[in-house]
Amino acid sequence: MSSPSYRDITLNGLWKNNPALVQLLGLCPLLGVSNSTVNALGLALASAVVLICSNTAVSLVRGVVNTAVRLPAFVMIIAALTTCIELLMQAYTYELYQILGIFIPLITTNCVILGRADGFAAKNDPGRAAYDGLVMGIGFGGVLVMIGAVRELLGTGSLFANMHLLFGPGAADWQLTLIADYKGFLLAILPPGAFIVLGLLIAGKNRIDQVLAERAKAQQVDVPAPSRRVRVTGVIE
Amino acid sequence: MALPRITSPHATGSNRTQQVMLQVLLATVPGILALTWLFGFGTLTNLLWASACALGFEAAILSLRQRPLGFFLKDYSALVTAVLLALALPAYSPWWLTLIATGFAIVFGKQLYGGLGQNPFNPAMLGYVVVLISFPVEMTSWPAPHSVGLIEGLQHIFGWAALPDGWTQATALDVIKINKSLTMDELWAQHPAFGHFGGAAAEAVNLAFLAGGLYLLYKRLFTWHAPVGMLASLALMSLLFWHGSGSDSNGSPLFHLLTGATMLGAFFIVTDPVSGATSNRGRLLFGAGVGVLVYVIRAWGGYPDAVAFAVLLMNLAAPTIDYYTRPRTYGHRKPTRGFNLGE
Repeated sequence: MSSPSYRDITLNGLWKNNPALVQLLGLCPLLGVSNSTVNALGLALASAVVLICSNTAVSLVRGVVNTAVRLPAFVMIIAALTTCIELLMQAYTYELYQILGIFIPLITTNCVILGRADGFAAKNDPGRAAYDGLVMGIGFGGVLVMIGAVRELLGTGSLFANMHLLFGPGAADWQLTLIADYKGFLLAILPPGAFIVLGLLIAGKNRIDQVLAERAKAQQVDVPAPSRRVRVTGVIE
Repeated sequence: MALPRITSPHATGSNRTQQVMLQVLLATVPGILALTWLFGFGTLTNLLWASACALGFEAAILSLRQRPLGFFLKDYSALVTAVLLALALPAYSPWWLTLIATGFAIVFGKQLYGGLGQNPFNPAMLGYVVVLISFPVEMTSWPAPHSVGLIEGLQHIFGWAALPDGWTQATALDVIKINKSLTMDELWAQHPAFGHFGGAAAEAVNLAFLAGGLYLLYKRLFTWHAPVGMLASLALMSLLFWHGSGSDSNGSPLFHLLTGATMLGAFFIVTDPVSGATSNRGRLLFGAGVGVLVYVIRAWGGYPDAVAFAVLLMNLAAPTIDYYTRPRTYGHRKPTRGFNLGE
């Protein structure tokens, strides 16, 4: 198997094979912590870092790990990296660490990470594996942050509240109140909101794909076809 | 004399969707009148606005789904959903509350599942629950009976002014839920407006819905199984856990039958042919389940009334009920259960 080009990796991670919108992997954290932008961003960053590091590490050891025990070995690597992230978050973003709670250790079981380790990193060189981790991390995290932002906006009428939990005291006044006197659409913050917003995002992506496919088809038709008569007797040159 | 030559069958199809829905709409008239008599024009504005919203959402989604507009709009199912929802929402609901509720009912409750006949949940109750858990303050502000003037009502609907103090009044189910120390007689003496049992004169509304429901039953739009199942199990539960007239009383069976949304639920919601159970035995079980859940949530749950939650929960159980209550097909023996050692 020839190694995929960097362009293909980018396209796959961000759009064609997006872990959240197409593969529907890692739904538990995706739906569980996307109730505000800061929670979503925190978990997105943590997952992306683990994904990049685990992809690189798995790719480095791919020659020495026996196929039969590869999954336990990968999980050990991912668990070790998750522990590192957990300790780092405990040290630097303690409040966010407390809010995210169980979802940080659960990064270990995030199927996106194990899926990329087994499906991509175990078959490719470290450079490509790390880049794939980065792109997949952005693809997953982007959707996570998007859901978080939509739910926060619908639920509370503002955006980027409590950003200081992640970026330090300087970010405390980042909150944008877009709708004054908003009543608060509680459903968006409750679990059903996550399912509904994710469903709408997937529908939106499918619609865009559909439109692009139709446009590509229309452009093909524009190419003048060689003229052809239906009823001919013999060949007309 | 020209005799029209008509071939058999001579029975005309009277149960087309449109006819059924029109009968249901007709049967809500007593309830609408009772609510209007109690709360003023707020119920009527709810009805008008909800109907307009429902038809708008239905038309928009149908055109998105590229379905024939006229055919589906004329079956009046969206209108029935809107009317039931408008009756369940507090009178003088703010315009955006009705808009969101009907939007969720029609778009998420019905059309996204494939339209009429495909919805696993009762659309009206889905819309109601969405706004109930999203906007608890607005959803629990029922005006006190006979209290609202024209200007005040309009102000509330369009959100021009803040809620005046004393606008809302706790319903009887609220009062009985938070009561800790008063005996029933003392409690009713404190709230003369509640009438003797239904609460906030809800018995008049409930009796009106009962009349409409009996009309539908007479017209054979549904069988008696689901309503009887619900009312009987609710009465049985409230009889078993009545606790007399002391301060820990949960209210008498008569109170539970004639308060809140009991009759609206029993005759207009539980009888939904799409989201309920299919066989007669199944309908009886379905109704009974709703009745038990209504009482459980009213007596020990976090919300004062529970018809919407109970119906949605039982909607989830309807496929299972259908599975276990399939009628025996004609000519087939009863299935043997367990070991059949005789043969």
